[in-house]
Amino acid sequence: MEFLTLDVILNSLGEVGSTVLYILVGTLLLEIIVYFLWRPLEIFSGLVDRVLKPMGDPVRHGLSTLLLVGVLVFTVASVSVGVEQSPPPWAPYWPLAIVAFLVGAFISPTAPKIFHWQLRLPYMLFAPALVGLLVLVIYPLLWELNVSFTNLNPKHFKAPDFVGLKNYIDVFTTPVLKQVTFFPVFLRTILWTVINVAFHVTGGMALALLLNRKLKLKGLYRTLLVFPWAIPQPVACLAWRGEFHFEYGFVNILLQRIGLPAIQWMTTPFWNFAAMCITNIWLGIPFMMVILLGGLQSIAGEYYEAAEIDGASGWQQFWNVTIPLLQPILTPAIILGTVWTFTNFNVPFFINQNELETSDTLVTALFRSAFQYFNLGDAAAFAFVNFGILLIFAILYIRVTGGLKGATE
Amino acid sequence: MTATTSSQRRKPNALQRFFKSGREDSPFKRIVIHAVLIICCIIAVYPVLRVFSVSIRPGDRLLSTSLAIIPKDATFEAYKTVLIDKEFPVWLWNSIAITGSTAIVGVILAASSAYAFSRWKFPGRGPSLVFLLSTQMLPAPMMMVPIYILATKLGLTQTYRGLVIAYSVTSVPFSIWILKGYYDTIPHDLEEAALIDGVSRLSAFWRIILPLSTPALAIVFLFSFMTAWNDYLLARVMIASERSLWTWVLGVRDFQSQFQTQWGLFSAASILVSIPVMALFLYSSKWLISGLTLGSVKG
Repeated sequence: MEFLTLDVILNSLGEVGSTVLYILVGTLLLEIIVYFLWRPLEIFSGLVDRVLKPMGDPVRHGLSTLLLVGVLVFTVASVSVGVEQSPPPWAPYWPLAIVAFLVGAFISPTAPKIFHWQLRLPYMLFAPALVGLLVLVIYPLLWELNVSFTNLNPKHFKAPDFVGLKNYIDVFTTPVLKQVTFFPVFLRTILWTVINVAFHVTGGMALALLLNRKLKLKGLYRTLLVFPWAIPQPVACLAWRGEFHFEYGFVNILLQRIGLPAIQWMTTPFWNFAAMCITNIWLGIPFMMVILLGGLQSIAGEYYEAAEIDGASGWQQFWNVTIPLLQPILTPAIILGTVWTFTNFNVPFFINQNELETSDTLVTALFRSAFQYFNLGDAAAFAFVNFGILLIFAILYIRVTGGLKGATE
Repeated sequence: MTATTSSQRRKPNALQRFFKSGREDSPFKRIVIHAVLIICCIIAVYPVLRVFSVSIRPGDRLLSTSLAIIPKDATFEAYKTVLIDKEFPVWLWNSIAITGSTAIVGVILAASSAYAFSRWKFPGRGPSLVFLLSTQMLPAPMMMVPIYILATKLGLTQTYRGLVIAYSVTSVPFSIWILKGYYDTIPHDLEEAALIDGVSRLSAFWRIILPLSTPALAIVFLFSFMTAWNDYLLARVMIASERSLWTWVLGVRDFQSQFQTQWGLFSAASILVSIPVMALFLYSSKWLISGLTLGSVKG
């Protein structure tokens, strides 16, 4: 056991501080390199462009795409999977891949546009974050992609074999955990997402509408209502888990006080799912409320005056003035809310104390499959299916509502 | 027609005024609104107060069926135990050091990247923004094994260093979106005027855009701070076997998951770890609404 002594403080400060310093110095170096590299690169890509002009743009595009995709495949295949696995036989040829990458990048007709010296600033500013994301998002993704084609599991931990698309087929045909198969978990996750987002949006909207009035104590209400968001999520989840205790949790005490029977929140599948939903609804409403309140405040009062002159009732004003004008905020908020609820880990994991498989959502099932059963190959395929579902949802939603259009342009 | 209805509307009789929705609410309606808000506030705050209530109960009556918030013989014994007899102060300190520094790094990375996305149209901008948004859709457990393996290869497991690096980047995609939206609302004329005066682009960013973006920067700091402060998964994967490196989440979870939950310790620790986040929230509450939504209003 260790106590908080000056030594401990200084020691951790030193390590954390030096890490931050390294990151910042690295950032600065990277920015300087990009900044001074851009002009030579512009000249070089201009030269290449002039030489390759006769080839025609489509040929150059095709060649460049071919090379870059080849390099990507090579990279994915070279990421070694097992901790103690030796790299694949083609891994030593990585310098060739770099050359191929550079050739692919420079023969593309877009290269001179990218290496325009006026654009060195944006690339310089984005470079550090990009490198960070490459290491912490792209690399893990490539690794997962690679693993999803192998049978990495406790039986073949050190030297997994390539199994092709078997894992992807298994996701849909064999139990994901011990008993449950993919589709029940999938449907439950959809149900979980729909219930939560519906309550978040309606609850948040109702509170935002109430708070967007001339009202005394508005600031106090707003502060108190934000509480569930401000409390650290693991604390909130663990506290709620305690409150769903059969005997001592306040939920059952309240139920009994008003004459209803106490509920087995932790062991009955249905009530455990309900407990998860209650917790997450409680957690998520404040965020929606704050977002929507900001949106409501940005709508000019004249719209309502005009609507009132035209004789619109309060309800009509809400549907015909408030909702359309809130659309630019509502769309990203609903997308984010859906994505965050769908991928929420803390609530389904912590509330489900008895590890009921009937309460697992896709994300907790993924966690158990990977970290309790160590079926990493299956879990990776499962994760990509999961990600694909969300991506399809987001694309459909953006297409349908036309939201976010202004944001990426 | 319109004129007559509007003139009628300007002088509604008492009954109409009573039920009419408008900028000024009737006293009855106001009472209802206050009642609804008070009930909602109680729902929002009561579970938190319960945690506090458990934390000040004497050790022999931790579990009780009473709903009162302040028990009769309140005591701060649990706080004393947590702060003096346990490793909790070390964990709390670890969290503060790691979270504070990563939030600062995260804001620096996001603030500069977002400026690039807001002010330039460069090849790859659209796909990058979509990529940033889609990182939000990756289930967190998916990234843990490869990050763990990478950290093992680089010798970063069971160190603060690995956590600091990982946390710094985690919230960057979301932060870039928020900040980009906010920068978009700042007129370009401001910088152009400065550029004409011979100020460089970067110092215009530093001296004009950043000070004007305080609300969004505060929100982004808050978000980055909360992401790291509340994280359980990454901490469990990276530093679980070294008790002295634990963050508070691992510690608090430990109080609750041994053979019997140590409710008093758990509650006292929970209240203690909530204080910094609460303080940050209260401090940034004046920016909370404008910082989060101003960007998306303009789209």
